[in-house]
Amino acid sequence: MPLIETTALGMRYDGKVTALSDLTLDVEAGVVGLVGVNGAGKTTLIKLALGLLTPTSGRIRVLGLDPIADGEQVRAKVGYMPEHDCLPPDMIAAEFVTHMARVSGLPAAAARERASETLRHVGLYEERYRRIGGYSTGMKQRVKLAQALVHDPELLLLDEPTNGLDPAGRRAMLDLVHRIGTEFGISVVVCSHLLGEIERICTSLVAIDAGTLLRSATLSSMTGHNDLLVVEVDEGAERLATALTAGGVDVRRENRVLTVRLGQDDGAVYDLIRDAVADLDLCLHRLERQRYQVADLFRDRPAEEVSHA
Amino acid sequence: MPESGVIHDIGYQRYTGPRLGPGYSARALYVHGVRSAYGLGRSPWAKVLPIGLIGLAGLASLIIVIINSQMPQPVLDYVGIASTFTFAAAVFVAVVAPELVSVDLRTNLLQLYLSRPLGRASYALTKVAALATATFLLFAAPMLIMFIGMAFSTDDGVAGVVEEFGGLLVGLLAAVVHASLLAALGLPIASLSGRRVFATGMIIGVFLITAPISAFLRELDPGTIGRLAGLLDPNSLLNGVDQWLFGADVSLVSIGSSGPVYGLVTVALTALGTMAAVWRYKGVKS
Repeated sequence: MPLIETTALGMRYDGKVTALSDLTLDVEAGVVGLVGVNGAGKTTLIKLALGLLTPTSGRIRVLGLDPIADGEQVRAKVGYMPEHDCLPPDMIAAEFVTHMARVSGLPAAAARERASETLRHVGLYEERYRRIGGYSTGMKQRVKLAQALVHDPELLLLDEPTNGLDPAGRRAMLDLVHRIGTEFGISVVVCSHLLGEIERICTSLVAIDAGTLLRSATLSSMTGHNDLLVVEVDEGAERLATALTAGGVDVRRENRVLTVRLGQDDGAVYDLIRDAVADLDLCLHRLERQRYQVADLFRDRPAEEVSHA
Repeated sequence: MPESGVIHDIGYQRYTGPRLGPGYSARALYVHGVRSAYGLGRSPWAKVLPIGLIGLAGLASLIIVIINSQMPQPVLDYVGIASTFTFAAAVFVAVVAPELVSVDLRTNLLQLYLSRPLGRASYALTKVAALATATFLLFAAPMLIMFIGMAFSTDDGVAGVVEEFGGLLVGLLAAVVHASLLAALGLPIASLSGRRVFATGMIIGVFLITAPISAFLRELDPGTIGRLAGLLDPNSLLNGVDQWLFGADVSLVSIGSSGPVYGLVTVALTALGTMAAVWRYKGVKS
């Protein structure tokens, strides 16, 4: 069963601003990165999933339930960490997280126990007995994560969890999200406008832009493509391309630069290039292996391919 | 980040215990609301005003007990406390209502509540109930002090204590009416602003503006208009109810025979205010 399933989902604010239009996607279990520029509709999608907004068209199902009709059930099983500050400054973190656990339906004793356990998991130890108002941004982000995690949800929705953090804090937060997805066994949807940042912790990615789906795929299928080899020669690139194509490899030429796709047996490809360059007596400038970047999947894609997605 | 040292990390434990329903969620929010109305679980500064007000009310009732026990006739009974303390309770509502709702709006805490198994309507109703309970306690505390004082100083033995207890029950009933109306008026007003100062100002403003208008009309015409003018101002409205239902000795307004009108308007305003709070949260951005 997909975690989140949308069919032709559309959302317009006040009948004017279109936030999402005709979005159809399935989000499978795992750590899912939801990427898109600011204003692409990521937060709107999350709020629709929580049943905080009613879609203007189409359908959305979360954990097999309708978030509008069965809102209470959905929200009991989902944890939500909003993008912006949302903590009461004059409460003590441990008390606040305990309170939120109780509002989520945990009995008092269990709420207290899980609150301190969860705060420990997100990396707050003795600090949890201080008032939130005195916390650093990094610590506040951890409290926000703890309150989303405290009732042990089946699905965690994180809206820009690295917002406002320094590079070290970002890394720590992403590692934590990765641990939640793998060790804790909780599915996570993590929003970000920085693809490079979340690609290393996600099992699949969903890219949306201007309220429509750009691409959705598992990371293994995205990076499952073979690596590329860039070959640059002084002249005679055309002859080299012909020779390599004759040798049975996939070659693309762009002026003096050839891009060769490495197959299963990349040693053979290297040998072929070496032999071809030697046979044609060419000047080899550069031979470089290029890792396939996930970003390439979202960049410079032909128009018709986008509309197919 | 300090290591947990000798504590063995047993890893993440899934929660398998019971998950209680939305009713329990609302109760948790309600208890939290009543507690934070008195600044419990919050910074020391948040306690100053509510605790101070309830302390002053207690002190005032102690003084009344002393005076009552010296006089042949009590100067102020339990319902009298409800009537005379209405303005103090209004100040209390003006201070506490923003604490309950404006802070949630301003800090965006509201969206954390709404993303939990708690509907918008139950959030609003829970907050009104929490405010009404906190206000009720403000009335009930001095009444209890008065009861204890009067029960000990009674000359009629057990019969005197029973009589005082009857008076206390009537007084508490009046307190319920007062607290419900004040909370139902104060909460929707406070929920309009995320700024605590504005919210407090708006609530005080309602009382400050309506009181002189009502007083002016009462001065102008002692007839029907004057009798009904008390409806305009919550303070005199509640006093009218006290006179009609509980036979209060304190009369800020002369209600004549229009007591039922006062009762009706009080019920209608309480219901209307509560509905306004629910309606307000129906449309709030989350």
